[in-house]
Amino acid sequence: MPPPLITARSLVKRFGDLVAVDGIDVDVQPGEAFGFLGPNGAGKTSTMRMIGCVSPVSSGRLEIFGLDPAHEGRAIRSRIGVVPQLDQLDQELTVMENLVIYARYFDIPRAVAQSRAVELLDFVQLADRADDKVDPLSGGQKRRVSIARSLISEPELLLLDEPTTGLDPQARHLLWDRLHQLKERGATLVLTTHYMDEAEQLCDRLVVMDGGRIVAEGSPRALITEYATREVLEMRFGRGRNEERVDDVLGVGERVEVLPDRLLVYVADGESALAELHARSVIPESALVRRSSLEDVFLRLTGRTLVD
Amino acid sequence: MITTRILPSALLDVRSPQRLLERNAMVYRRSWMVIFSGFFEPLFYLLSIRIGLSALVGDIEVGGKLIPYDEFVAPGLMAAAAMNGAVLESTMNVFHKWRQAKLYDSILATPMSAGDIAIGEIGFAVIRGLMYSTAFIFTMLALGMVKSAWIVMSVVACALIGFAFASIGMAWTTYMRSWADFEYVPAVTLPLFLFSATFYPLSSYGSWSWVVQLSPLYHGVVLVRASNLGEWSPSLVVHAGVLVGLSVVGMAVTASRIKTLLLK
Amino acid sequence: MSTPAPLRVAYRDLALYRGFWKANFVAAFIQPMLYLLGIGLGVGELVDNGPDSAELLGGVSYFGFYSSALLATTAMFTSSQEALWPTMDGFQWSNAYRAMVSTPIEPRDVATGLTIYYAVRATVGAIGVAVVLALFGDTRSWGLIPAVPGAVLTGLAFAVPIAAWTSTRTTGDSFPAILRFGVLPMFLFSGAFYPIKQLPDWLEPVAWLTPLWHGVELCRGLVLGGLTSVELVGHIAALSGFVIVGWAICTITFRRRLQP
Repeated sequence: MPPPLITARSLVKRFGDLVAVDGIDVDVQPGEAFGFLGPNGAGKTSTMRMIGCVSPVSSGRLEIFGLDPAHEGRAIRSRIGVVPQLDQLDQELTVMENLVIYARYFDIPRAVAQSRAVELLDFVQLADRADDKVDPLSGGQKRRVSIARSLISEPELLLLDEPTTGLDPQARHLLWDRLHQLKERGATLVLTTHYMDEAEQLCDRLVVMDGGRIVAEGSPRALITEYATREVLEMRFGRGRNEERVDDVLGVGERVEVLPDRLLVYVADGESALAELHARSVIPESALVRRSSLEDVFLRLTGRTLVD
Repeated sequence: MITTRILPSALLDVRSPQRLLERNAMVYRRSWMVIFSGFFEPLFYLLSIRIGLSALVGDIEVGGKLIPYDEFVAPGLMAAAAMNGAVLESTMNVFHKWRQAKLYDSILATPMSAGDIAIGEIGFAVIRGLMYSTAFIFTMLALGMVKSAWIVMSVVACALIGFAFASIGMAWTTYMRSWADFEYVPAVTLPLFLFSATFYPLSSYGSWSWVVQLSPLYHGVVLVRASNLGEWSPSLVVHAGVLVGLSVVGMAVTASRIKTLLLK
Repeated sequence: MSTPAPLRVAYRDLALYRGFWKANFVAAFIQPMLYLLGIGLGVGELVDNGPDSAELLGGVSYFGFYSSALLATTAMFTSSQEALWPTMDGFQWSNAYRAMVSTPIEPRDVATGLTIYYAVRATVGAIGVAVVLALFGDTRSWGLIPAVPGAVLTGLAFAVPIAAWTSTRTTGDSFPAILRFGVLPMFLFSGAFYPIKQLPDWLEPVAWLTPLWHGVELCRGLVLGGLTSVELVGHIAALSGFVIVGWAICTITFRRRLQP
């Protein structure tokens, strides 16, 4: 196996008394799509900023490309592409100029920058907006410009902080499609997200973060197999009445979780579990059988939902 | 190394500040009219002073020579233009790019460093100020106010003024919290403009002249005036030294503030 | 009784002003003080020692001559600035005026409301200058009291016509040119710093046509005395003319902009 692109050991980030990242160990291999999954405040962005060499490590060890960010930040940054959480595009420039000047920050010759920018705008399907200012673009379009911009230096590693937060479903799917293409070309992606569907879509491997710590690690499938059942039966008995119905459903599945608005029964076969409950005359207002997801993994690990 | 003890590390890590100039040139090439039309301001000011105040004031004695009032004031206004251009760019425009547009956050994700940004932005502010100073030279030439070929040295003097004010201005901007704080910028630049021996000789201030010498602009005005008259003396080194000193302090503060505020 | 519509418009802009009035208020006193010390006293000493100054200024000290005009020039700068970017904000960037005319407020009320707002801003600036002028013997006079409304009228003679222009724009690109080629030359060539009879013969009549010359002459005459009643009425009429014509154009351009 080649040496990892990113190695973190007991990595800590403190802001005064606040411990944002509390001793994490991570290895990211070349060509991998690696995810940090967790709710807001889990320490994902702080971790990403340390990897991006824009935030000093408080303690522990961090190496990117085998280099130390504290002393070789410039060299590391020249080999990575960053898509920040909020698009930080240059509002005073056009889409094309945004890409070209960004390339210049990497000391890429103007002619090369120009031709790469044309290709990349094509890749993110924005060739027709090249000479527009950034401001009138939609959220999804801006995010695509950010991705094109991050690729202009042909980075060995791409950091994406919540790449689809705030986008509509159509824009998300277009973005995911482009990221899949990058993956197929062998790019190494590191992304943060609090959407489990995004993690399932994009990540080969991920860590679940909560309160600055890693609470689980593995492929999306492996995590679901380990921490959840194959299916989940979701039942609603009406707001406030879910809690009191827990006893009625006990013994049906492997585990029961109570949320304010619904009961979750973890079970291999949801339909037969529902039939059994009907036979016991437990009739919810509504019921739904679905495949279990990373959301369920997170609930199992922390007792909380991801998006609340 | 002694330099590492005097200068903060942020200022030692400077490699490509010219990229900021490139970026700003991209922005300004669309609004060249605004910059170009600024060239008329020196013309208006100098004509007004020649028509109006020269007649009222008569000639002024400088270093034993009598010169018309407009020729006395012109170098002062040129120095002030270098200051104003540099301050405007390094305060309001930098604040917008820093706090609102988040431009520096995105640049710091690239191989560019905090020092690159500090030096690049300060350099651009100097160039902006120099454009107006140069406009003064051409206007003075056209109006026959130039006394000596040494006037070309006033470009150097104005660059020193620009560096001092852009550096201090940008350092100050890193401490600003909102646009309301900018109401205080003219509260500093206006008295400097009025009381830096711009409009009358240092001797007019009588026993207050030591206060005038605290003004950084005063030291710049002395240099520009000496260039225009082509009269050099060793004491000019001290005046230049004040401006260089302020520049270094301002740049060092700016670079380390960018580092502490944006790279945390 | 409900608040008249124009006042409701003025409230919006004054509410924004409240955000930074403190710094602005201090500046309203400090700025004229600095000019009076720097130009009035400093350049004044050079002028009063000048060979021909007594004759050119008609026996007035340069301090009195320059300082009384500061009332008019301060009002001009404050009001002109307000009618550019902040007004553009209401028409374009925040679109507040469009929101207002979707209520029973009429475009005409927006024009009147803005005029009230400009008048308030100009009053703050003019009072600041007047208070400072009252500190100096050369300019301490009861005439300072009527000179304040005189300065406000001067400010409006700039702000209201400029607001008509602003309402036809979608960007502020033309604004620096207005300041550079309109306001600044008037500042320098309309008698604020020296009598316009020193101007070249062809330029003197041009100065008569500028609102600033009327404002400067009005304020200077009121503070230093020596204004005939014909001159008084003439200057007030000229300035009012700029305001009224400007307001009439505003009612048309505002309606076109806000209710197309």
